[in-house]
Amino acid sequence: MSNQSSQAEIVRNSLNRRYRKERRFRLYGMLAIFIALAALATLFVDIIYKGHSGFVKTTITLDVPLDPEMMYLDDPTDADQLSMADFVAPIIAALQEHIPEAETAGQKRELGRLLGSYAASEVRDLLENNPDLLGTTQTIEFLAHDRVSTYVKHADNPRYSIKLSEQQQRWVDQLLEKGVIDTSFNDVLFSRGDSREPANAGILGAIVGSLLTMLVTLAIAFPVGIAAAVYLEEFAPQNKFTDFIEVNINNLAAVPSIIFGLLGLAVFIGLFGMPRSVPVVGGMVLALMTLPTIIISSRAAIKSVPPSIREAAEGVGASKMQVVLHHVIPLAMPGMLTGSIIGMAQALGETAPLLLIGMVAFIVDVPGGFFDSATVLPVQIYLWASASEQGFVELASAGIMVLLTFMISMNALAIWLRKRLERRW
Amino acid sequence: MNTMNPSISAEADMQDQGPAIPVRENNPEDTVIEEGKTVGKPFAADPKFKLRNVSVSYGKDRAIKDISLDIGRNEVISFIGPSGCGKSTFLRCLNRMNDSIDICRVTGELLLDDEDIYHSKRDVVELRARVGMVFQKPNPFPKSIYDNVAYGPRIHGLANRKSDLDDIVENSLRKAGLWDEAKDRLDSIATGMSGGQQQRLCIARAIAVSPEVILMDEPCSALDPIATARVEELIAEMSESYTIVIVTHSMQQAARVSHRTAYFHLGHLVEVNETNKVFTSPEHQLTESYITGRFG
Amino acid sequence: METANLLPLVLVLAVVAYGLAYMRSRAVAAPLGGIRNLKALPFYYAARAALWCAIPALIVLAAWAGFEGKVIQGIVIATLPQDSWPDSPGQASLILSQISNVAAGKLDPEFVPEHIAGAASVLETMKSQSADFKAALVLLVAVSGAAFAWTRVSPHVNARINVETTLRRIFFVCAALAVLTTAGIVFSVIFETVRFFNRVPISEFLFSTSWSPQTALRADQVGSEGAFGVIPLFTGTLLISAIALLVAVPVGLLSAIYLSEYASKRVRSTAKPVLEMLAGIPTVVYGFFAALTVAPFIRDVAAMVGLEASSQSALAAGLVMGIMIVPFVSSLSDDVINAVPQTMRDGSLALGATQSETMKKVIFPAALPGIIGGILLAASRAIGETMIVVMAAGLAANLTANPLESVTTVTVQIATLLVGDQEFDSAKTLSAFALGMLLFIVTLLLNVIALKIVRKYREQYE
Repeated sequence: MSNQSSQAEIVRNSLNRRYRKERRFRLYGMLAIFIALAALATLFVDIIYKGHSGFVKTTITLDVPLDPEMMYLDDPTDADQLSMADFVAPIIAALQEHIPEAETAGQKRELGRLLGSYAASEVRDLLENNPDLLGTTQTIEFLAHDRVSTYVKHADNPRYSIKLSEQQQRWVDQLLEKGVIDTSFNDVLFSRGDSREPANAGILGAIVGSLLTMLVTLAIAFPVGIAAAVYLEEFAPQNKFTDFIEVNINNLAAVPSIIFGLLGLAVFIGLFGMPRSVPVVGGMVLALMTLPTIIISSRAAIKSVPPSIREAAEGVGASKMQVVLHHVIPLAMPGMLTGSIIGMAQALGETAPLLLIGMVAFIVDVPGGFFDSATVLPVQIYLWASASEQGFVELASAGIMVLLTFMISMNALAIWLRKRLERRW
Repeated sequence: MNTMNPSISAEADMQDQGPAIPVRENNPEDTVIEEGKTVGKPFAADPKFKLRNVSVSYGKDRAIKDISLDIGRNEVISFIGPSGCGKSTFLRCLNRMNDSIDICRVTGELLLDDEDIYHSKRDVVELRARVGMVFQKPNPFPKSIYDNVAYGPRIHGLANRKSDLDDIVENSLRKAGLWDEAKDRLDSIATGMSGGQQQRLCIARAIAVSPEVILMDEPCSALDPIATARVEELIAEMSESYTIVIVTHSMQQAARVSHRTAYFHLGHLVEVNETNKVFTSPEHQLTESYITGRFG
Repeated sequence: METANLLPLVLVLAVVAYGLAYMRSRAVAAPLGGIRNLKALPFYYAARAALWCAIPALIVLAAWAGFEGKVIQGIVIATLPQDSWPDSPGQASLILSQISNVAAGKLDPEFVPEHIAGAASVLETMKSQSADFKAALVLLVAVSGAAFAWTRVSPHVNARINVETTLRRIFFVCAALAVLTTAGIVFSVIFETVRFFNRVPISEFLFSTSWSPQTALRADQVGSEGAFGVIPLFTGTLLISAIALLVAVPVGLLSAIYLSEYASKRVRSTAKPVLEMLAGIPTVVYGFFAALTVAPFIRDVAAMVGLEASSQSALAAGLVMGIMIVPFVSSLSDDVINAVPQTMRDGSLALGATQSETMKKVIFPAALPGIIGGILLAASRAIGETMIVVMAAGLAANLTANPLESVTTVTVQIATLLVGDQEFDSAKTLSAFALGMLLFIVTLLLNVIALKIVRKYREQYE
């Protein structure tokens, strides 16, 4: 008895020290969570900070005198004349209206460089499509040069270097004051393909490329994944080969994605002679990569269908295949769908294997089909992130925001589906 | 913690109650049990545990309904009753093992040596060092036999030297009757022992921290008859220095090892009395039905 | 006709076959007194016809589409005059791309030798002929398959068994695709690797400490063969992976423990999905973050304390990769910790152990094998990660252990060597496949060991 009470005393005395340890341990845990969440928050804040300006475009709106003499053009329907004509002169003239001080040839050249290099062809296209406009004065909204755009958006940010001359900066300030230079929502981003010039580059091409690629991936991975899962759960005999298949699936789930790129390069492009850079090949590679994820989650979904359902169906004389097709697959479908959406979200964000099969090429046109050269959203982000012009950084961040929006909505859809449809047995 | 101290006279009244006249009914399960009413002798003079109006609920379900009971010093008391009657839940209140279940709520007064064990300032670590527990399924840690027994003394800092620890381990294993079998393989992993040995190891592990009370939750249900006999012998020996509360499914076991027996039914404590009295002349007809095997 | 158009056409034919066989089976059944006298439901006769129509046609289509490119190329090369036959695969691919550019109208036929222009027109005709043949053959197969099935609609044949057997076989093929994929990976790297080792001895590849695959343009230039020692790539990979694991293991493990043992239900139900979001973020985003935010930040901080850090430091890539793997480690640890039976926890708590004592002294040791398995899987993921290192680590193969310097990794080299136009058959291109082989073997070993450990661990508590 005395032994017991003396020990109780020891225990009581040790309590403070032990609870300090307990609190410290708890603190480590909270710290770990905090680090992870802080990293996530930093990532998001950084990307939004860098990318929000990507959704803004800088425009210069000018009243352009479409004067035949100034352009050396009297018949816009004549292709020869069109190719020789000077479309820069009327733009400079329109700018001079606002900046009368620019008179020398050098100053005029500097003035012209406030606009993007596609400004002249915009005037040309306008005239080619509407020859009647020759001789009138038209109000045209041009995209500003990338340097102007950077100056307008980031003049106060030391991270950006301003590449305009003192003189140009002064002019831009004047034009801003007059409302000639203005900023608005960057619809270019969502309506064009890639470009060498940041102001003119968009992600529509990449979005369509991603969509086409994902369609191929879905068309292959979803049915094949479910069929494989059904086979392994319901039909596979207990033998060495089945074990071998399972080991293969588990290992494929952990094979680095770039290896699938090597597979695509060597087999689809090298052996079968399929074209490079096309959504079909990209989709097939991503399908092979996503299959293990879909198979594993589909198997879990099939496993969760209680055996009593199977027994009930078999009890009324249904064949094994009928049990599977009529009962097991419909009941497991929510789980299978959830797994597939998560797998597709993974595939949507995948970059490395697509680099190897050439989806990294510079492609201006929005792809029109499964066999057109295309790039995908993450690869477009990679290309822009490694481009040297600083204007591409904000585009890359804006692209990331678009990509993350897609992925978060897909995951949210998966969660919603799971909550909505999943049955608890 | 709401406390509703029954007056002394009320206690006395209950203890003085003569044997209730059992009312014969066709179906004992239909018997309406009056909440908080226990026949027999639920109270003791100088109890180790003094439990009053204890109720336990899991969310909306009430698992224990207003139980009052004393557990005497160095007494062996058995809790018996059909499955789901709440006897294990009640047992786990005594060292607050229910704490880890979020939705579990315990009300009433639970005193160990006149100190409230559910007091907000009460330290659960210290409580459990004083009130040890042995579980239904032997649960040795996947460590060596020595480390299993030494675990408690180590975490509580009970031994200053290695030799002290060796002594504690040896003593505990001896008390658990396992020393002769285990002394040559103290370093081998405990999960390799037989089920009976594992359970006695768990008892040794509980003894090693010198608790005052040992709670046993169906300690023999996973053991064969020979191992069961060894554990029962052990309980009899231990009753000299510990208060033992044992939940059991086996009425024979309750009859063999315990001084008093408490019969639980659907969360009620129906009857408590000296063991031989409970088994020979139960006062409540539910108890009688149970021990005669009419349900269970 | 294009494959893209043939595919839906075959499916339409299958639907037609389905409908015809369905009607036929009812017609067959009618004189016998209704469909109860058939061996199988009309649905099965119809489904069998659809399968007979579609499957052989699709197989023919896939085979043709798979090999027509190669076959046509061979024929086109064969039509070239003997003296201009290519004598190396590299030259062949050059000629072929010229021919196809001419054929596609990207290159003016006037600018190329006559035989190329001739071959281009051959290519054109071959392509259109091939497309016609393909369409004709596929449609023939589809229609005859359907017709065969239609004639076999008879009350004595159990179509259900036919259909089910076929379906089961299709399911099997789908499952076996995993094996095929693995085989494809092995074969796609093994041939090129063997060719690579014919040029560069395997001992040099494995043990040489210098890596510079840039072969010279002219054969007589100094160092025209490049250096192919994999050691600096491997140390770079290990350095970055080690930094990543140093971040991910403690953070992942501790947050898993906190969430499963301490956090309230509400905290758990919000923190867990947020944490898992880290796993869902594409690696290219992490690469962007590492290259444009973390790396400059590290360089500035290092400069402040007087250290010199490269603008593409191993530390930046490693830290960000570590953050990426955190949810991976934490969800694996969570599984493993929850697999330790509750009775262990109870046993320890009942002896008066605090939660952290229970965790550190009972649960953690019991879960250790599983946790180690999880860490190995995380390591394999770190080693195989590509985009973060491509964007944030360098290209220079420095043999260093200094995390502030720039290092390169196996995956970076594979990606850079194979991106863009590359000449097949140069040691430089082939070396990428050898690196791929190495990467595959290392990650496979890690995965196999890890999965074995984890499975053994699970079985212990089942």
